[in-house]
Amino acid sequence: MLTNSLVLGAAGGGFNGGDVLYQLVMFIILLALLKKFAWGPLMGIMQQREEHIASEIEAAEQSRTEAKKLLEEQRNLLKEARTEAQGLIENAKKQGDVQREEIIAAARTESNRIKESAKLEIEQQKEQAVAAIREQVASLSVLIASKVIEKELSAADQEKLINEYIQEAGEKR
Amino acid sequence: MHHEAPIVEFLGLNFNLSNVLMITVASAVVFIIALLSTRQLAMKPAGMQNFFEWIMDFVKNIINSTMDWKTGGRFHILGLTLIMYIFISNMLGLPFAIVYDNTLWWKSPTADPVITLTLAAMVVGLSHYYGVKLKGVGEYGREFFRPMPFLFPLKIIEEFANTLTLGLRLYGNIYAGEILLTLLVGGLAHAGVGGMLAAILPTIVWQGFSIFVGSIQAFIFCMLTMVYMAHKVSHDH
Repeated sequence: MLTNSLVLGAAGGGFNGGDVLYQLVMFIILLALLKKFAWGPLMGIMQQREEHIASEIEAAEQSRTEAKKLLEEQRNLLKEARTEAQGLIENAKKQGDVQREEIIAAARTESNRIKESAKLEIEQQKEQAVAAIREQVASLSVLIASKVIEKELSAADQEKLINEYIQEAGEKR
Repeated sequence: MHHEAPIVEFLGLNFNLSNVLMITVASAVVFIIALLSTRQLAMKPAGMQNFFEWIMDFVKNIINSTMDWKTGGRFHILGLTLIMYIFISNMLGLPFAIVYDNTLWWKSPTADPVITLTLAAMVVGLSHYYGVKLKGVGEYGREFFRPMPFLFPLKIIEEFANTLTLGLRLYGNIYAGEILLTLLVGGLAHAGVGGMLAAILPTIVWQGFSIFVGSIQAFIFCMLTMVYMAHKVSHDH
């Protein structure tokens, strides 16, 4: 009796078809209710999270590539700017050199010109001065000569002098 | 030690009212826990939602270990409900048993072979249904003659053996646990003060062990369900 009761236990003898039916129906109801109220929403939110994470990862990936691109761009720009600046400096230097040469050359020609003109003027002045002196010497000598002649020239001497002159002039010709 | 079962005949069927009560209670407990845990769903899970998501992943892993997710995904909800329902059912009989008028009212519903065999038959029946649905009648029928045609009788026996073992394993484990608890609490503890003191430690130990056994059995039931499903729906195994 005890063994029997232990083996069959709560079944209590006889077949409880109602329990089978009840268990089946209840399980199906439970399944449907849980699907609608618990598993469904939970799966939904898990799905949603999965998608969210996936999209976030994608976005992060995208922004990373974008940042990389921008960095590359900036680097290129910087390099470009640097070369450009280098070029500008080089250019300016070259231009400065050229200008310096030009200025020096201009100054040199100018000074040469000024020197030439000064020389020319000096020459002219000198010539003028010499001419003036010569003229004065001539007139002075004539003056002196006339004074001397007035004082001491006799008729004979005059004669002799004239002859000498004539002779000299004749020899020269 | 032996308690009567409150059996009532209704529409030509025998209803064990104790089972009816406990099935209802177990279902209600499962439903209420699940409902309360999934009321406040958030992308950033908190509290019970974490626990339920863990259960979902747990069952998902069980399914994934037997078949690919494309086929097995449809059994996810079945597995979840099974494991929750059986676990709660196993736990219900642990804290106490209510005997009223020499009639056992409160116990684990899974401590009754009728209940466990019903679940087992349902699972095996579903596996046949999905076998036909997913592979077609021809392929489903040919599966009985593989790998050798002469194994056909064994295959037929296997189906019944599967059902029986699946149901009786669960029933045996839980019923044995309850019997021992009843013996400890109802027998030893009633044998005077010494008996009462002697009963405390083994009762606590056995209750702890029963929690372990109940969890393991729920897991095994779910696992075997998926294994039988995989046998029927997978093309290669």
